[in-house]
Amino acid sequence: MNKSDLIECLSNEMNLPFHLAEFVIDEFFDAISEALIQDEGVQIRGFGSFTIRKYGAYTGRNPKTGEKIDVSPKKLPFFRPGKELRERVMSKK
Amino acid sequence: MTLTKADLVRRIYKSKKLDKLESAQAIERLLEIMKQRLEAGENVLISGFGKFSVRDKRSRRGRNPHTGEDLILAPRRVVTFRPSGVLRKKING
Repeated sequence: MNKSDLIECLSNEMNLPFHLAEFVIDEFFDAISEALIQDEGVQIRGFGSFTIRKYGAYTGRNPKTGEKIDVSPKKLPFFRPGKELRERVMSKK
Repeated sequence: MTLTKADLVRRIYKSKKLDKLESAQAIERLLEIMKQRLEAGENVLISGFGKFSVRDKRSRRGRNPHTGEDLILAPRRVVTFRPSGVLRKKING
């Protein structure tokens, strides 16, 4: 499912005009992105939490050529599914 | 500071496009739709944000880190998140 499917689904299920469903979804993901950009965590009960993980600089290698590459420090968002989501996904296994 | 569901709801109703109750319902519904899709084994792709995928993990031999005992971990199904390039750039920008 992609974002437009999600908008359509929310619009139908909530009986909400398409542009409002789109607004809710855009605000939802914008708010999470903004928090992460500011190094803040996000915690949505039942769904999951996002945290920023920081990685230091290291010297890597191009796996093809074996050439050394300096990798600069970076931050990556990390998602941990919440209890409800974990259990619901597991139960279908 | 951690962003929570209450902050997301507040952000929606502060826009005055939806009232407080509608905002809360829309956020709950949005989360429920994503959970249902993931539960059904579908991926959820949000352009500019990232992709939530469902992955099957095979059973594997593990160890209880506390007692050192060997044990077999049952096959699992888990949700993973891969941030989009756009989000990664913004976070490191």
